[in-house]
Amino acid sequence: MSGASVEAAIARLSDGIVQRYAEGSRVVLIGIQTGGIHLARQLAGHLARAWQSEVPVGQLDVAMHRDDLDQQLAPKVHPTSVPFDISGKHVILVDDVLCSGRTSRAALDALNDLGRPQRVELAVLIDRPHRELPIQADFIGEHVATEPGDRVDVQLTEGNGASQVFIESPSPRSP
Amino acid sequence: MKWHRKDLLDLQSLSVEEIQTVLDTAREFKAVGERHIKKVPALRGKTVVTLFVEPSTRTRISFELAAHRLSADVINFNAEVSSLRKGETLKDTARNLEALNADFIVIRHSAAGAPHFLSRVLGAHVVNAGDGAHEHPTQGLLDLFTMREKKGRLAGLQVTILGDILYSRVARSNIWGLRKLGAEVTLCGPPTLVPRTFEAMGCRVVHDLHQAIADADVINLLRIQHERQRKSAFPGLGEYTHLFGITRSRLADTKPDVLIMHPGPINRGVEVDSDVADGERSVILEQVTNGLAIRMAALYLINGGKATTPGAN
Repeated sequence: MSGASVEAAIARLSDGIVQRYAEGSRVVLIGIQTGGIHLARQLAGHLARAWQSEVPVGQLDVAMHRDDLDQQLAPKVHPTSVPFDISGKHVILVDDVLCSGRTSRAALDALNDLGRPQRVELAVLIDRPHRELPIQADFIGEHVATEPGDRVDVQLTEGNGASQVFIESPSPRSP
Repeated sequence: MKWHRKDLLDLQSLSVEEIQTVLDTAREFKAVGERHIKKVPALRGKTVVTLFVEPSTRTRISFELAAHRLSADVINFNAEVSSLRKGETLKDTARNLEALNADFIVIRHSAAGAPHFLSRVLGAHVVNAGDGAHEHPTQGLLDLFTMREKKGRLAGLQVTILGDILYSRVARSNIWGLRKLGAEVTLCGPPTLVPRTFEAMGCRVVHDLHQAIADADVINLLRIQHERQRKSAFPGLGEYTHLFGITRSRLADTKPDVLIMHPGPINRGVEVDSDVADGERSVILEQVTNGLAIRMAALYLINGGKATTPGAN
């Protein structure tokens, strides 16, 4: 995906959220480390323009809440910073790619430790198949058909239209 | 980010990147401790045994709380009332603990190398909580963490370690870690406790207090371990305090922003006066808080390490 289609996907995400929420006074965005952080900031910019009000943005790290910690080397722990109260809010978790659903599950768990939101929803730029848990996104930028072994790499740059999404396949696709 | 090890045994064998990984990870675990809910599920279902063959309260409590905060189950094996008193070997004791499916063994032992021995005979993760006069890696790491947090860097920092260096595992872990990360280390104390042989570890050795603390950014005070010294290393505590005790008037000779550190427990009035220990330059209680974060980080990191992984110890 090139810059223009990435921008269009982010705009679709934003439109979907604005359709659901006529005004944003109780909406907060929380990006999941690390891929969701930039996306959450960009999305907040779109939403702030639509609602004419600032949208709080936090960042959440899920390393300590993963379910595979003894099966792999310890993942790097990034900062969690949610400098506002999420209790009673409409939290939209933001991630770049949804695949197995395990990161989202861990994020729900991590969010639980920070407060009790009124509602939690999930916004992703890229929705892949291959789910391993009963988790679906509420807001989707783009559905992408991938093979299980593919790697999806989202590179977001703010404001200059140079964002890109790569799909890397370990072996040539079967026709 | 670099961590493959199954165990945390000493700072001597850690690389600069590995030490930085622990410090960076601990920073995030410290943030967890400041939350309303201070617990994360990283070690849910795991069992941590604290096997303290040598008495210690604060280190054991810190490890136990760290394990609890990671959602592990914790068993305290008390050597005073245990089978070790009946002549069971350390290896048999540890193997019995492993047969109970202990995943982590945190060991303190009076014999240097006891944790290294266990790491060779056990599949469980082993953490050294102090072995003889050899090393106390989590104390060394929490000292580095505190210095880095307060001073913003370790490279080029002037650190003076004062007191009983010869018998101190804390000093050795500090020296290894500080030298690897580029700090300058000065050791000071009575010649009987601070021999020149430490110069081989890259330290400056001086026996004059004023010379040792005048340019220091950090003064790390070690406890005079009067119970550990078999023969008297100096004439008496009074003389030690007279020559090396840190008092408010002696702080006048130091940099105004010097950090005063101490691994505890403090001998008030011996190595440090109360008004210095409780003063504005003292970070002694912050060291305790940081120790919890370091121990959480250590348990978290080694949980992912495997003995068979390349680069493991």
